[in-house]
Amino acid sequence: MTAIGAHLPILVVLVPLIGALLAALCRRGWQGLSIAAIACAADVLFGIWMLQEVRATGQPLSYVMGGWAAPWGIEYRVDVLNAFIVVFVSAIGAVAMSFAGPSVTSEIDEDRQAWFYSMFLLCLAGLLGIAVTGDAFNIFVFLEISSLATYVLIAMGRDRRALLAAYQYLIVGTIGATFYVIGIGLLYLATGTLNLADMASRLGPVVAEDVRPVMAALAFVTVGISLKLALFPLHSWLPNAYAYAPSVATAFLAGTATKVAIYLLLRFFFAVFDPSLDFVSLPVDDILIIASVAAMFLASFSAVFETNAKRMLAYSSVGQVGYITLGIALANQDALTGAIVHLFNHAIMKTALFLALGAIFYRIGSVRIADLAGIGKKMPLTFAAFVIAGLGIIGVPGTAGFISKWYLAIGALESGNWLLVFLIVVSSAIAVAYIGRVIEAAWLREPSELAAKATEAPAAMLVPIWILAIATVYFGIDTRASADIAAEAARMLLRVVQ
Amino acid sequence: MSGWWGPEMLLLAALLAPLAAAVLIPFLGSVPNLREAVTLLAAALLAVFVWSLLPHVLAGERPEWTLTQALPGIAIAFRVEPLGMLFALVAGSLWFVNSVYSIGYMRANNEPRQTSYYAFFAIAIAATIALAFAKNLLTLFIFYEALTLSTFPLVTHKRSPEAISGGRIYLSLLIGTSMVLLLPAIVWTGFLAGTLDFAAGGILAGKAGDGMLAVLLALYVFGIGKAALMPFHFWLPAAMVAPTPVSALLHAVAVVKAGVFAVLKVIVYVFGIGTLAESGAGEWLAWAAGFTVIAASLVALRQTNLKKRLAYSTVSQLSYVVLAAAILMPISAVGAAMHIAAHAVAKITLFFAAGSIYTASHKTEIGELDGIGWRMPWTMGAFGIGALAMIGVPPTAGFLGKWFMLQGGVATANWLAVAVIVVSTILNASYFLPIVWRAFLAEPADGDGKGGHKHGEAPFAVVAPLVFTAAMTLVLFFWPDVPFALAQLMLKG
Repeated sequence: MTAIGAHLPILVVLVPLIGALLAALCRRGWQGLSIAAIACAADVLFGIWMLQEVRATGQPLSYVMGGWAAPWGIEYRVDVLNAFIVVFVSAIGAVAMSFAGPSVTSEIDEDRQAWFYSMFLLCLAGLLGIAVTGDAFNIFVFLEISSLATYVLIAMGRDRRALLAAYQYLIVGTIGATFYVIGIGLLYLATGTLNLADMASRLGPVVAEDVRPVMAALAFVTVGISLKLALFPLHSWLPNAYAYAPSVATAFLAGTATKVAIYLLLRFFFAVFDPSLDFVSLPVDDILIIASVAAMFLASFSAVFETNAKRMLAYSSVGQVGYITLGIALANQDALTGAIVHLFNHAIMKTALFLALGAIFYRIGSVRIADLAGIGKKMPLTFAAFVIAGLGIIGVPGTAGFISKWYLAIGALESGNWLLVFLIVVSSAIAVAYIGRVIEAAWLREPSELAAKATEAPAAMLVPIWILAIATVYFGIDTRASADIAAEAARMLLRVVQ
Repeated sequence: MSGWWGPEMLLLAALLAPLAAAVLIPFLGSVPNLREAVTLLAAALLAVFVWSLLPHVLAGERPEWTLTQALPGIAIAFRVEPLGMLFALVAGSLWFVNSVYSIGYMRANNEPRQTSYYAFFAIAIAATIALAFAKNLLTLFIFYEALTLSTFPLVTHKRSPEAISGGRIYLSLLIGTSMVLLLPAIVWTGFLAGTLDFAAGGILAGKAGDGMLAVLLALYVFGIGKAALMPFHFWLPAAMVAPTPVSALLHAVAVVKAGVFAVLKVIVYVFGIGTLAESGAGEWLAWAAGFTVIAASLVALRQTNLKKRLAYSTVSQLSYVVLAAAILMPISAVGAAMHIAAHAVAKITLFFAAGSIYTASHKTEIGELDGIGWRMPWTMGAFGIGALAMIGVPPTAGFLGKWFMLQGGVATANWLAVAVIVVSTILNASYFLPIVWRAFLAEPADGDGKGGHKHGEAPFAVVAPLVFTAAMTLVLFFWPDVPFALAQLMLKG
């Protein structure tokens, strides 16, 4: 047991990495799928194991690569926050894989299916690597691994516009990574270290001497990561990427990719830089609040007028990211709890929505809202799950989305900013309009030509969709496994600050 | 009665009975008789459960049950207190009556999609009961929204363009007000008071300044859109596109009463009557409610569609309750509670009658009702009793609530409230009595007897419930003990 236990932080990355290699060697889709499913399931277990350990001991797990001690060698460092990220990212991966079989078979050519799973695993390895590593340059490496895999995943979409979307993301993603690496370069020049914990402890004296290079580094890192997490107005790559990628890839990326980027932002803002620097010398919090509120409103409005349901949900994601970054900018216990728990809650709900759309696409070959008319009658179970997850996005009480917004609203009041409370609730009301449009079309309208021929989704698809739909309600009522952990992570981040 | 079948079990059983029906009904779509039997059985059980809870509550017990701790210090929890008991009694008992009526109405009119109709109806009732027994604002809010969402499919039941646009207004106004105004009010209350539990005397005493109390009160009363205070009343006429049994139980009793019930709960158990009266933060509310009472009556006067007129009458009558609460006198709060019960039985009678007329003759306009009283004597007789209750004429239950409200108004020298009640009584009379007049005393229009649709009474399952509720309107006048006792207990908490 302990032989494995001691190596958990690296195993989390190695298992999908090796899985990716194995899957690439496979001929058939189902072989790749089996490897991917096993790797995801193993990572969920590793994640839960680590999470329990760090919660029990209250100390981060430290793993030194190749036996080279921390500041010189690469250190993997797992605390409550990133253990939580590992658990839900690999759990979303596992759910996506249990859905993938029929969907991938119908959307991707037979000879490329194993490749698809290989790329999926590579992406997962990259995302989890970003989460567990405690080394700034290692983060860059994993950022590139996950990004390159993502470009391929998007480009595998049947629609030829997927190629353009992948290319668009490639350019934006490369700019983002470059900004990040410039920022890291400046920090390395200033501190002489790449280990995040070491860097944090050395920044104090450096800042006292000359604040400008560090501020420049902060600016580069913030913009670089903001591109990856699709912070408004740096979100232009996201709607097309989500809309034209294969259904499974969209569902997985929507739940995980931006979330891991947000984790990075949290890590840099609270554990590397000091908020006295990022929120005082350079008013990152004000900028972040403005960008977040703009995302909550403008992206949500774009969602209302979108005719393609996948793009609509993509814009909704940009808006939802706004809530998370808002919580980060407010930087108090409750707001930060709201931000972290919304990483998790939004991942569940949005993945459920995209999987439900994936099941509909599997049956009717379209996700245009006009074509969804009357689908509620033909696929009642799929559609009911869509409604539940949609209510979660709106933030109806009794769903996970409500819990996030409650913490955010309390956090806004704590910071004395009651206007933000109203901005939060008014922008959630916009979600009523875009989710309501789909519900109205799917349920109250006469079936479209495509929908008339549809039948209920296969059980293999319904089960993962419903797992997430039930989770949406469960985590709206019992928050011990979500908000309590998020609160613990928030406390940890704020303690680092003090 | 201790042991496993104690009041806590009754509370749980009352919450679960309609929910169980909602789970079973979708599987019984192909056996309509069994499906309706499930509805009737669940409704009968619910009535038994809530009435069995009553002696416990009157004896001073306050059964509680906690589901889980959802937020720090805030649980999803239920607690039966007198006002909630009264509301649950009204909604729970009328569900059975309404189910008999539904079966008659839906079958006689060959309505489509009856399975989903009964299923969502049961969910709506479950939400209503849960809302009535909510222990804190969070629980109340959860089931407030659940009630909106579960009634949306019922409002849009016909799926006509009119139903869809009505549904849009319904959903956007109710969800919009609750999310944008009510939710911040609840968050703010939790932030100020550190708790969301309802407590006798309120939880905000000394926690907020007078100005802040006034703002919070505004957020609450307008945020609780179901109370239909103007200008957020448009959803109610829009909801009239639903089948009439939905309008009768949900949009004359469960949904709208949930609104005024919530307002009353907030004023009595969150602010505290004393706190509000001292701060003067509630003075404007009497004006807002009074305006709605009069304005809605004036609009009702001009409606030619029977259900629309009833809807505006409901808007007006709901604001009586808000007005009574705004007088901020214990006696008027008792009047408000009494009016919740009295208006429920009377207005459901009126809607039942409207549905009965539609079922028998497919008439929806008031102008078409000339002479119909002689063809449908039971229906129109019951309608007459309901109308008298709306006006507040003894011996109908409508008189009692108004009487207590007037007493409160006179005692506090709140002449605005007194004037509003008097003027609106005249207005009520002038838009209800002409209907009764037409039905019995006007000559039937040409062709109605010959070429037109010849008809008598509606089916028995439609007529029996409305006769029953009309009788209840009278019974409640002579034996108001139960609502009166509960209303008085309410003030003690």
